[in-house]
Amino acid sequence: MAAARGNVAGGRETGVSRLVRAAHGVWEFVVGDDPVIALGVAVALGATALIAGAGAPAWWVMPVAVVALLTLSLRRAAR
Amino acid sequence: MSGPQLGLAISVFLACAVEAVEALTIVLAVGITRSWRWALTGVAAAVAALAVIVAALGPALDAIPINALRVVVGALLLVFGLQWLRKAVLRASGLKAQRDEAKAFVAESDAARAAGLAGAGFDGYAFTIAFKGVLLEGLEVAFIVLTFGSSQHDIGLAAIAAGVAIAAVIAAGVAIRAPLARVPENAMKFAVGVMLTSFGVFWGAEGAGANWPGGDAALLVLVPGVLLVALGLVQWLRRAAMSPAVGRPA
Repeated sequence: MAAARGNVAGGRETGVSRLVRAAHGVWEFVVGDDPVIALGVAVALGATALIAGAGAPAWWVMPVAVVALLTLSLRRAAR
Repeated sequence: MSGPQLGLAISVFLACAVEAVEALTIVLAVGITRSWRWALTGVAAAVAALAVIVAALGPALDAIPINALRVVVGALLLVFGLQWLRKAVLRASGLKAQRDEAKAFVAESDAARAAGLAGAGFDGYAFTIAFKGVLLEGLEVAFIVLTFGSSQHDIGLAAIAAGVAIAAVIAAGVAIRAPLARVPENAMKFAVGVMLTSFGVFWGAEGAGANWPGGDAALLVLVPGVLLVALGLVQWLRRAAMSPAVGRPA
């Protein structure tokens, strides 16, 4: 946000700083505090699609991924 | 009402009630300390903006093929749900402060007073804070209604559950004219995190091509399973916080 503030001239925001703020807002809204969760979800869904595409049972991937991601994220937050 | 429909209605109701309680605190604070007229105008403007967003996105979501929709919705619900659950577990284990509407109300009121006296005309502060508060909390409501509703092909049921939750919170707020500090908000957030995560797992995997053993009945295992894992993590973090190696669970 420092970059956004740096673009404020005479109390008026430039178009670029508005865009940066909007992008930051969308990121905060969707991804939140821990980007690893979003990345992990994407990887787990990809793995599910690959395994299901190969004809093997793939329902177990997401539950395992959720337990692992939540544990990892909480462990990082607790440090 | 089927199991998934009941899950949809409960999830949307709880999530919307939580968001409505937070929005109510903001509107009450600026309404009481500054201007009810401009705070409520801000609320009306935010509701109009949300209506436009929902009207634009709702039909667009309906046009997406169901499997693609479920992957996208499942992924978004999982990311959202895991963030809610993460915060709820941290709060329940004592590693993060519990949300307190009374404290939030005092902080918001102090900020409103510090912003200077409202003139006789347009009060930009009251309007902007009420507008932003309702829009941001409302966006989460709209997101949950649209994602849950479209995945179940029942946006109507999701909208009804959301409407009932918001009406109940508004009625309670009007009745007591104070922040709803007695609402078990943290427990509700825990429940919403569990539901969003469970439905996200279910739809995400299904959309990616997996077949659940038992079909929709798998949700009856997933929801309590996610709840048990979350409760187990709360205990784990509590024990870790009390051990000498505080905050470093093995």
